[in-house]
Amino acid sequence: MKYVDEYRDSAIARKLVDEIHRITTRPWSLMEVCGGQTHTLVKQGIDEALPKGVRMIHGPGCPVCVTPLEQIDKALAIAARPDVIFTSYGDMLRVPGSTTDLLALKARGADVRIVYSPLDAVRIAAANPERQVVFFAIGFETTAPANAMAVRQAARLGLDNFSVLVSHVLVPPAMTAILESPTCQVQAFLAAGHVCAVMGWTEYEPIAEKYHVPIVVTGFEPLDLLEGILMAIRQLEEGRAVVENQYARAVKREGNREAQETVFRVFEVGERTWRGIGTIPASGYHLRPEFEKFDAEKRFEVGDIHTQEHPACIAGQILQGTRTPLDCTAYGVLCTPQKPLGAPMVSAEGVCSAYHAAGRGLEAPTAFPLWELSRPLGEAPR
Amino acid sequence: MCLGIPGKVVEIRDDGPLRMARVDFGGVRKEACLAYLPEVGIGDYVIVHVGFAISQLDEEEALKTLELLRMIDEEGMAMELGAMAEAVPPAASGAPPASGPKPVPGAPA
Repeated sequence: MKYVDEYRDSAIARKLVDEIHRITTRPWSLMEVCGGQTHTLVKQGIDEALPKGVRMIHGPGCPVCVTPLEQIDKALAIAARPDVIFTSYGDMLRVPGSTTDLLALKARGADVRIVYSPLDAVRIAAANPERQVVFFAIGFETTAPANAMAVRQAARLGLDNFSVLVSHVLVPPAMTAILESPTCQVQAFLAAGHVCAVMGWTEYEPIAEKYHVPIVVTGFEPLDLLEGILMAIRQLEEGRAVVENQYARAVKREGNREAQETVFRVFEVGERTWRGIGTIPASGYHLRPEFEKFDAEKRFEVGDIHTQEHPACIAGQILQGTRTPLDCTAYGVLCTPQKPLGAPMVSAEGVCSAYHAAGRGLEAPTAFPLWELSRPLGEAPR
Repeated sequence: MCLGIPGKVVEIRDDGPLRMARVDFGGVRKEACLAYLPEVGIGDYVIVHVGFAISQLDEEEALKTLELLRMIDEEGMAMELGAMAEAVPPAASGAPPASGPKPVPGAPA
């Protein structure tokens, strides 16, 4: 596939690994923000091919993982109502709430439907005027334009049976919270390429300057990540701390203006709670007052929510990058993709699921580093 | 959810106020809304997130990145040779450069 295959070239990957080794003189800790990047890093073994002392800390950029338990419990309470068709991105269905998940609720008869686009939820509402259709509007800046357009479209169509349960979070405040933490070990960031495709990277410039931390806007293919790491280490070695763009084929400095305009017409910035991390001021979106009538939390009385995380799950520390799945006693034993205890084992962007898919810490590793494919026969693996 | 792969726009139509496209992802075709990329036409490549095209791929930038990536080896070699020439007395600088994969440096200081 065009724009994909070229960025998986094993010979270039190997050159990049060599170049990273060549320029590195000191140990460094880098954080890849996005869970999609974590999956590529772990699947390709990129983090294990870096020079000794260079560490990749996995960031909190898994939208499913940081959606607070309270919002999931609210979703479960709303989805259980007989008059409701509850619609959601597929990733959310198996995320454990305090006592159950949406998929189990569906098995017990609730009308829970997976949608590919939030516009599908609007279409379902238009086709079922006698039912209440609720969409679980979660995600980072990447899903906000789609979720905002769904609300605008429902308003245009005059639908009064459509509402959204909003749980939107933003990347820059999370990066700032990580940098402000007294235990912060992150010295450079690989920023999430697709978040920047929407928002641009001007918001990151004051962060790079204030905290003197290099930030490289990075894509998702193996060569993107290797080049992003190379650019970040080059800045660290040279003592520079600016925002650079590795992912120039998809990201412009100003981002997508049309998308931003719709997002800010529908949403306003406010405080949000992040699962496992806590409350961060100005770290998410809420519906603007003029779109309040589409707010599912106002439309449905969900009663008192008493949340309870599984006691063995250390997802919070994993999301903050202070521990890895290999530090978790439940990983691969009590907690598996088939029977997850925490959200990072469920999501396609979760750290635990990335480790599990690559066989990390399990008996039969399945991952095979890309550049090993270009190794001549007979040459010892590095 | 933040994973978006590039696809090629193969068909465009209007659905009320929204401009919609069919996008081909290596043989799999999906519908995507083009509301946020009004300039996009048939044959262009876009990144689609949850049914919305959010970014158009820039061919020129893509070629530039690949060109840079392919040059990394030569660039590294040239810099290394430059450093060697500075460090080694002129009489010894005629030594042939090391060929093949460079040894991986040991643990950084």
